[in-house]
Amino acid sequence: MSFDSFTDFLAMGGHAAYVWPAYGLGLVVLAGLVLAPARARRRFFAVEGERARRFASTQRDAARTGAAPRMDAEGARDASDPT
Amino acid sequence: MTIGERIKAWWHRLGSPRWFYRVCRAWSPWLTAVGLVAIAVAFGWGLAFAPPDYQQGNSFRIMYLHVPTAILSESCYVLMGVAGLVLLVWRMKIADMVIAAAAPFGLAITGLALATGMFWGRPTWGTWWESDARTISVLVQFFLYFGVIALREAIPRAETAGRACAVLAVVGTVNVPIIKYSVDWWLTLHQPSTFTLTKAPAMPPSMYLPLIVSILGFYAFFAGNLLARVANVILARERGTQWVQSLVAGPPGGVMSCDGGREERA
Repeated sequence: MSFDSFTDFLAMGGHAAYVWPAYGLGLVVLAGLVLAPARARRRFFAVEGERARRFASTQRDAARTGAAPRMDAEGARDASDPT
Repeated sequence: MTIGERIKAWWHRLGSPRWFYRVCRAWSPWLTAVGLVAIAVAFGWGLAFAPPDYQQGNSFRIMYLHVPTAILSESCYVLMGVAGLVLLVWRMKIADMVIAAAAPFGLAITGLALATGMFWGRPTWGTWWESDARTISVLVQFFLYFGVIALREAIPRAETAGRACAVLAVVGTVNVPIIKYSVDWWLTLHQPSTFTLTKAPAMPPSMYLPLIVSILGFYAFFAGNLLARVANVILARERGTQWVQSLVAGPPGGVMSCDGGREERA
């Protein structure tokens, strides 16, 4: 341990105002980097699942009325790229 | 199989988004977890146990965050440059997906390198920002990442956008050696590299060992995070295919929220 007490550790020899915000920002960015792809993945499955259910129901309706169902390929592209 | 045939088979498989998606999903959580643990160990070690610098006191502890992010910001761009070359030469779809996935990560990590550099510069140089060769060349890289992201958004046709991004990634790689050698080529406030391949580090092991752990941790985290992002890009690009739609549908009669079930069918 390089510090005598926890108070010393927090004070960072007078450099607390630079060390702690830097690390705080680092943790925020790391957390954001971890969460962003996980959220994008959930959103993708939510959007695509909803679209697949809608398509299945139009297909059922079409089967009842006798119209030919078509999957809207372009409509599927409007969801944002989950990068 | 000879080694040549093996490499050819591997290269061919790499061209399959479905296969690559499975690799991404298998490796991403482990690499991310190992990276985060290593980073946590390195931060605790560097912040509490490494001895203070004889000149800079305790502000130098920002190094354990600043140096790995700065190294990663360059490595990430080199990766995009290599992927760009692969896309332009061999037209491999995966390469385009890697560029799309790497650019937001690079932007965030370069921003973090700049910001932590400012927090380190204020107590060390007496200024938040000094426009010298190192800081300006890193700022240029920050905008290059932004350019790669914006370019893709600006071009509606995916294939054209991919090739344009690949060109920018390849051309922008010229900035990486400029960043690397800026501290040697020009007079600058920025201190020279902590590690070089030819000389022993000027620091004692108690100071540089946590830095090595941090750098390795950040690389593992980068790999894991990038694979998670590539998996997402693959899903988006391949959403019209049978295999993605069967992932979306989930196992028959299974629970939709269960990710493991989806993986079985991948």
